[in-house]
Amino acid sequence: MDGHPNLREERPAYNPEIVAFCCNWCSYAGADLAGTTRLQYPTNVKIIRVMCSGRVDPAFVLKAFSLGADGVIIAGCHPSDCHYINGNEKTAIRGDFLSEFIEDAGIESQRFRVEWIAGSEGHKFADVVKQMVTELEALGPISEESAQ
Amino acid sequence: MPVLAWSDDVNSYESLGENGVGETAREVNSISSNPRIGVFICHCGSNIAGTVNPSKVREAAEKLPGVVTAKENKYTCSDLGQDEIISAIKQNGVERVVIAACSPRMHEPTFRNCVKQAGLNPYLLQMVNLREQCSWVHSREKDKATEKAIGLVRMGVAKAARLEPLEAREVPVEQSSLVIGGGVAGIQAALDLAEMGFKVYVVESEPSIGGRMAQLDKTFPTGDCAICILAPKMVELSRHPNITLLSYSEVEEIHGFIGNYNVKVRKKARYVDESKCVGCGVCADACPVKVDNKFDLGFGKRKAIYVPFPQAVPLKYTIDRENCIHFKTGKCGACVKACSNDAIDYEIVDDEIELKVGTIICATGFDIYVPKKRDVYRYWESRNVITGLELERLINASGPTGGNFIRPSDGKPPKRVAFIQCVGSRNRKLGSAYCSRVCCMYTIKNAQIIKEHQPDTDIAVYYNDIRAFGKGFEELYHRVREEYGIEFIRGRPAKLSENPETGSITIRAEETLLSKITEREFDLIVLATGLKPSEGSKRIGKVLPLSLSSDGFFQEAHPKLRPVDTAIDGIYLAGCAQGPKDIPDSVAQAKAAAASAAAIMAGKQVRIEPLTAIVDEELCVGCGLCVEMCPYGAPEVHESETGSKAKIVEALCHGCGTCVPACPQKAIAANQFTDEQITSEIASALGGVGRAAGKTKKDANRAEGA
Repeated sequence: MDGHPNLREERPAYNPEIVAFCCNWCSYAGADLAGTTRLQYPTNVKIIRVMCSGRVDPAFVLKAFSLGADGVIIAGCHPSDCHYINGNEKTAIRGDFLSEFIEDAGIESQRFRVEWIAGSEGHKFADVVKQMVTELEALGPISEESAQ
Repeated sequence: MPVLAWSDDVNSYESLGENGVGETAREVNSISSNPRIGVFICHCGSNIAGTVNPSKVREAAEKLPGVVTAKENKYTCSDLGQDEIISAIKQNGVERVVIAACSPRMHEPTFRNCVKQAGLNPYLLQMVNLREQCSWVHSREKDKATEKAIGLVRMGVAKAARLEPLEAREVPVEQSSLVIGGGVAGIQAALDLAEMGFKVYVVESEPSIGGRMAQLDKTFPTGDCAICILAPKMVELSRHPNITLLSYSEVEEIHGFIGNYNVKVRKKARYVDESKCVGCGVCADACPVKVDNKFDLGFGKRKAIYVPFPQAVPLKYTIDRENCIHFKTGKCGACVKACSNDAIDYEIVDDEIELKVGTIICATGFDIYVPKKRDVYRYWESRNVITGLELERLINASGPTGGNFIRPSDGKPPKRVAFIQCVGSRNRKLGSAYCSRVCCMYTIKNAQIIKEHQPDTDIAVYYNDIRAFGKGFEELYHRVREEYGIEFIRGRPAKLSENPETGSITIRAEETLLSKITEREFDLIVLATGLKPSEGSKRIGKVLPLSLSSDGFFQEAHPKLRPVDTAIDGIYLAGCAQGPKDIPDSVAQAKAAAASAAAIMAGKQVRIEPLTAIVDEELCVGCGLCVEMCPYGAPEVHESETGSKAKIVEALCHGCGTCVPACPQKAIAANQFTDEQITSEIASALGGVGRAAGKTKKDANRAEGA
């Protein structure tokens, strides 16, 4: 729980900002569970609630990068566990497309993640955020050109 | 919290306006471009205020565009807190409300009511999750948490400014319920609903209802005979005028929404006409095939035409197609000749039945953990190692031994019996970290029964912790220790070895209370195997997208306040489908599930959230991509005067919004989650609080985007 360096030491000057799109039924509930079980993770993430990860338009992800996000997460229900039968399958397809597009644009692949987080996986939500913050801190700020 | 009746037709806002709310309420029906926003920040006692500085958040909120008032409250959800919101809305002419408190999954319905009471459309509310997603997870970083909270409120205000009023629909509720699973939980739920006057369909996959309880010998802590107390309920269910029992049937498909579920059930062919079979059993006497009886867990035999146990309901015979000579070779027909009622018909085929129900109760029960092969407990290698459920059959008067307690290898009564607790429970390596809640007590109960059968039996129980938590449990535990002399050994067996000549088994274990390693020989070992999610639950999981908790059982909507509800409205859980529990708890939960389902049906009408997708026909070109995206068939393309256009059938739309990104024309919007609303959240999430230096160029971009 207190394994993350951000919680123990002084933060480095670079403070990455992460936008996480979470589906209402699984990953948003998972993030809530991280709260109810008082798991600690860095403050760098802000969650935007959507009903289904399938609602997340790839344009939102690109918009987030263009507006200064250092990392973007799309989180949905595990495969075959989608509250809307198969919305997450569409997320997976759009996620693959986005990953390629983002890399082509010169943005490091670590800056964009699609994660399956169940309502019972508070720890996973916390771990994903911790891990991503560590990775982004290692990467440093996003290059100006690619952010355009 | 106050429970209010909403009436959401458009006129009600106007009438509310005339009743003294003033211009505010009327104005919200037209979308003003710069709505007046009120922000309410909850301390939640110290849950939020102990980490986040609410005054700083309020001060920051006051400066946000459109915010006309920002207030703090110790407990926003309390009566007092809600009253303050209502008066602040009225006094300040607030048109959009931001409540920064707990998760919307917790209190959004509460605050929608509150906003509605203030005369606003209830969908002009945006909640900001300061508790679960900020103060609780950043409790050691107070300044940063406050900074983040300000950012979250900024996002909430940005989205609130773009919220539009929505009208909830009311739809009629079918006055019938589907109960999936005919174990004790399903039986109880069905009986309660039927008694309340609702039509109930009970679907059971096995030839008889009764479930696991029918397999048990006696029940703890009172020693009631399980089937003796269950059988009358089974019979009552089968004879109840409001209940239709569909045994030997599977739920194949479920579509629809609360109040209006369409269910497809496949009634498997028994090859016996249920209307003609009187259950006399002459057919089974004539049948030449003997196979293991699954109900007796392989210890007893049955015929290829069978009822699983004598008290089966319905008492109708079933041909097991896999073992029947007729189905294998086309010959035999002994049962057909024997039946004087001409009930047997090899030509019967599976039947498809369609049901329309308003609510569904899922009571799909549990399976027993089956120990692994080459495991330390030698379940597969030694005949005299059995599971707890197998023991139930071996000591049951209607079981394969007629209640004579004998061991499998030689049919002799064992003189030394050991129970090993927590097999398949409380074991992280097996992925079952949970306690199965019944094994301690069924071991104690079975130890007592064995002692009653054969008082000279020596019994030892290897345990980790004894959990005798229920009413009368601790008393029974003490009784078996003191009156029956059953020995309780704290320690997990490390090794079991079998003497090939006698079939007896030596347990090597560390007795932790004595701090020594002992080896003891026993004639029979009973593994107190735990409970795991049933195969039936897994099948239903494919039909219904119910979420699972980390133990693999179905997850309730809230662990404390909504313990029988699921995340899907109108679908409830009862019994071990939700998690391991004993009979009284299963029955209690079944009654709760029945009451919850009845509450919906008694209302006759149910409100459906208006969070659906809508098509802008002017932009739509009728390409049909949305139709391909939708798993519910909600969008339909139709021909209009201006060409092909898509239309969302509101009743079918579940509001996931998956169709929205797919639309190349941007013609579809998801209510409450529009592109504009989400983009405003993105922009304000990245709105430049606490950014590291040296990002000025990006800050500029950001400002532009916002």
